[in-house]
Amino acid sequence: MKKFWKLMLRNPGGLIGLIIITIAIFIALFGQMIFPTSPWRMVQRPFLPPFTNPMVTLGTDALGRDVFAGLIYGARVSLLVGLVSTTVALTIGVPVGAIAGYFGGKVDDALMRFTEFFQTIPSFPLAIVLVAILQPSIYSIVGSIAIVSWPPVARLVRGEVLSLRTREYVQAAIVTGQSNTWIISREILPNALSPVIVLASLMVANAILLESSLSFLGLGDPNLMSWGYMVGAGRTVIRQAWWITVFPGIAILISVLGMNLIGEGLNDALNPRLAKDSR
Amino acid sequence: MLSFVAQRIVKGVFVLIAIIVMNFFLIRLAPGDPAAVMAGEAGASDAQFVQQLREKFSLDKPLPEQLFIYVKGVVTLDLGFSFRQQMPVAKLIAERLPATLLLTLTAFGISLLLGITFGTLAARFAGTWADTAITVSALLFYATPIFWVALMSILLFSVYLGWLPSFGYETVGGNFTGWAHVKDVALHLVMPAMTIGLFFMATYTRMTRASMLEVKRLDFVKTARAKGLRDNIIQRRHVLRNALLPVVTLAGVHSGTLVGGAVLTETVFAWPGIGRLLYEALLQRDYNLLLGVFVVCSAMVLIFNLVTDLVYRLVDPRIEFAS
Amino acid sequence: MTATPAVSIKNLKIALPKSAERPYAVDGVSIDLIPGEIVCVVGESGSGKSMCAHALMGLLPDTVKTETGEVLFEGQNLLKLDESGWREVRGRGIAMVFQEPMTALNPLMRIGDQMMEMFEAHNRLTPKERRAKALSLAREVGLPDPERIIRAYPHQLSGGQRQRAMIAMALALEPSVLVADEPTTALDVTTQAQILKLIRNLQRSRNMAVMFITHDFGVVADIADRVVVLRHGKIVEEGSIDAVFRNPQHDYTKALLAAVPSMHPPVRAPLDENARAVEVIGLDKTYVTSGGWFKPDRRVQAANEVTFSIMQGETVGLVGESGSGKSSVARLVMRLIEADRGTVRIGDVDLTALEGKALRAQRHRIQMIFQDPFASLNPRRRVGQIITDGPIARGADPKVAMQRARDLLGMVGLDAGALDRYPHEFSGGQRQRLGIARALAMDPEIIVADEAVSALDVSVQAQVLKLLEDLKARLGLSMLFITHDLRVAAQICDRIAVMQRGVIVELKPTAQLFAAPEHPYTRELLGAVPGQSSPSQAA
Repeated sequence: MKKFWKLMLRNPGGLIGLIIITIAIFIALFGQMIFPTSPWRMVQRPFLPPFTNPMVTLGTDALGRDVFAGLIYGARVSLLVGLVSTTVALTIGVPVGAIAGYFGGKVDDALMRFTEFFQTIPSFPLAIVLVAILQPSIYSIVGSIAIVSWPPVARLVRGEVLSLRTREYVQAAIVTGQSNTWIISREILPNALSPVIVLASLMVANAILLESSLSFLGLGDPNLMSWGYMVGAGRTVIRQAWWITVFPGIAILISVLGMNLIGEGLNDALNPRLAKDSR
Repeated sequence: MLSFVAQRIVKGVFVLIAIIVMNFFLIRLAPGDPAAVMAGEAGASDAQFVQQLREKFSLDKPLPEQLFIYVKGVVTLDLGFSFRQQMPVAKLIAERLPATLLLTLTAFGISLLLGITFGTLAARFAGTWADTAITVSALLFYATPIFWVALMSILLFSVYLGWLPSFGYETVGGNFTGWAHVKDVALHLVMPAMTIGLFFMATYTRMTRASMLEVKRLDFVKTARAKGLRDNIIQRRHVLRNALLPVVTLAGVHSGTLVGGAVLTETVFAWPGIGRLLYEALLQRDYNLLLGVFVVCSAMVLIFNLVTDLVYRLVDPRIEFAS
Repeated sequence: MTATPAVSIKNLKIALPKSAERPYAVDGVSIDLIPGEIVCVVGESGSGKSMCAHALMGLLPDTVKTETGEVLFEGQNLLKLDESGWREVRGRGIAMVFQEPMTALNPLMRIGDQMMEMFEAHNRLTPKERRAKALSLAREVGLPDPERIIRAYPHQLSGGQRQRAMIAMALALEPSVLVADEPTTALDVTTQAQILKLIRNLQRSRNMAVMFITHDFGVVADIADRVVVLRHGKIVEEGSIDAVFRNPQHDYTKALLAAVPSMHPPVRAPLDENARAVEVIGLDKTYVTSGGWFKPDRRVQAANEVTFSIMQGETVGLVGESGSGKSSVARLVMRLIEADRGTVRIGDVDLTALEGKALRAQRHRIQMIFQDPFASLNPRRRVGQIITDGPIARGADPKVAMQRARDLLGMVGLDAGALDRYPHEFSGGQRQRLGIARALAMDPEIIVADEAVSALDVSVQAQVLKLLEDLKARLGLSMLFITHDLRVAAQICDRIAVMQRGVIVELKPTAQLFAAPEHPYTRELLGAVPGQSSPSQAA
């Protein structure tokens, strides 16, 4: 474990990612206590440019709402959606993949057909259709992002399990009379974990992007301020007020970048063989 | 070869039917009585009209029969009727499809070409500043939301520099013909295509680089060196060719994302494709149109997947065709 | 020797990176390669033998550094060359054949094109002449149907054919020196014999100097003119084949030679009187790879009417080449895979008739030792857990099980401190001992050993074999011993079953099988075992 952290921190990208996400989590958790201004409240005249009023550092939008407050409140939505939808996707994908890979045969066939089917459907349009039909809310957003992002998890886990189950130590567990549940949970899954962790961190990044894209199209939860929504709302007035779209866009970019960097850092730390050669 | 194509087409048709079936149930997930929703879309809501609609669209029949009628309709390219636009959905889509194809294929071409080039360069000069520059920019583009890239490029190239038109497929009222028309469309195409292209370019750059570094360590590269071959030839003939196989696979997997990118890009640039159509359907809560576009998107992805599979099989002799 | 060397390695020192367990991979090695002579560089894994070979080609990995020394070839010191100078030498002056012919060929290029690249690299001949030359080379190395084979892709060839193609490629420009890095290690014994003969013939007809890297003294005996024994990067002994085999000077060489199992089976008492421990009756297993809708399925018969039994206290060997189905039979007996037909009986219990809990309750009676010491232990569990997991699953008290594990570690020659460590902290031989301890913890009646010593160096192999024999005798176990190595089988088995394409072609007491093989395949197999003509064996 100690070695893992050392490797993770030695990778400058991973370190930067870790710092970014730590700050983002801090803002998401405590930002609303420190900056209690509601992002929906009109605080100043509309279209106030940034850096002109120290109280409203990043300016106001078309309705005079504080852009900075929007960023602070949006952080919670982005991270929440990213983490929760990834967790949900993992709870679907990991069991499906593990069962398919371990039992093989007809079970595998059936589950993989199902997974392949979901993977063939273009994910963003499916997410749009789901959210549109279920009506936009934080639940429908998390749910639809999870539904479009579990197939890669299932395929990855299946692949790992498939290769691990022919590994000799798994066969040794079988011949010493262990049960299937024991073998999957103790012998196989712990050894399949590292690529799943890497994938999960990239999925969080992807989920943040998906959420912002949905909100951008007007499919965000109407009660929650989110970065994608801010960009979408500022789009029509981009010629007059660039700051309304620029700042939230940068916020999305940085947090997605941070998660991706963590993913790469994890990948290097968990697969040291590859990391060494790519340098 | 032929039998493989046949096999894949049959499989694709099954997947498509499954998607259509799913669609059917999705419509029923929508809140409210479908007939009432449709009536609302058409702008009328008296009971008699609703009843009429219910009969016309067999909504009074049992569910399995409705499903059968629906699937049969979609399979025969009857995607339903858009009351908002007062046009058959299929016709609306057919009008918009060419623009989307032009956009996505151009973007795909650009991204593949540039991505492989940059990825190769990065792998070739791994560890140098060139590698770092390429890797970092790929990482940035990979993390940037497509709709934001679109907006930023409008801000830069249309608003500040005034080089490129910011919306549409061609100049309104331009009435260009011949080469002038081609040039006009091309100018309009640059930003949308680059917007989608940059994200995928980033993906392919990263994949190509990683894959080349991986292949570089394989034994046959050592064999090639032991022959006394020049590095250029080794890189091109032995490393790159093998390294491209996973890139081809990735291109197939990402075709769905390509369509998703088109939705966002077309929305921002008012590009008259099916992505924009999807957005319009969304704004107007036009479920028939929404699901129609969705089915067509899925079909596009299926076709794209089939093509990449074929390409993969042509490049890799290890996968044998059934004879 | 008075002849001028084709290549001289002089006082070569190759430094390993700082984190390595010793400072030098190759430490002051000098070797002369003389035209018309095959020099075998032998050593166990990590001896630095492969580094020497790669240094000759300028193909050392980036992580190591040549510190001092010279490689003299055609009057120049190769170590001083730049990349373009090396390119000139590679292939034309010195050519190399690698260990693994599957991965050493580009999977996307036709065999002929890969051969023709050799001429292209050195700007020789026109494309048309290159093709003709590739054909004649393919013919020279004995590839069947050369016209077809040069148009084939590597995956369409067998392992032996691929290695022949590699050799053809290496010979294309008539190099004066050939470096062969374990060229037969990945091959079956009968194929190995053919390839060795081919190299020998080509070397004679072309008067090449050959550096042949190997870990196998049998191979050395068959092919070498001169032997260099390497240990920890240093030469411990060097001399003509006769001198080294008849009269080894260094203790290490003596130990290595002594560790090579003899082809003469020791006398063993017959065990016919004992009760049957295992009875295998008519096992059938066919693997079917679905060919899709329009292609016939591919069928491989891994076991066809396999029938044998093992007496109590007996070791039965299952011998065959890769693809013979011997490992499948081991797994069928263990019920790791399901048979299409047939019965496996342990004592009076029909194992094949059991399912679920009832099967798990019987499993402890037959335990397995695996081939790969690095894949057979879960890297994320401590040794103590690995050994006690099985007994605890059977209901043993964890404390008692742990005490038992401590005793077992002593029994397999490891100290009890191992319990708290992870598998990666152990060497290959130690891991194999851990695998044995895990199997014994279940109190089995029968042990199935699947190539249990194949991955080990010859000296370690001898120790593990001895341990297995001792334990078997002490605990009164019966054993099914799967191996491709007839020498090992000769030493450890009471009876041997020879398998070919899923069928047992001959099953006899070991001494009888070696003295009077009946089936043509058994004879071929026995004849192909390397090193039978060696001075030490003949003596």
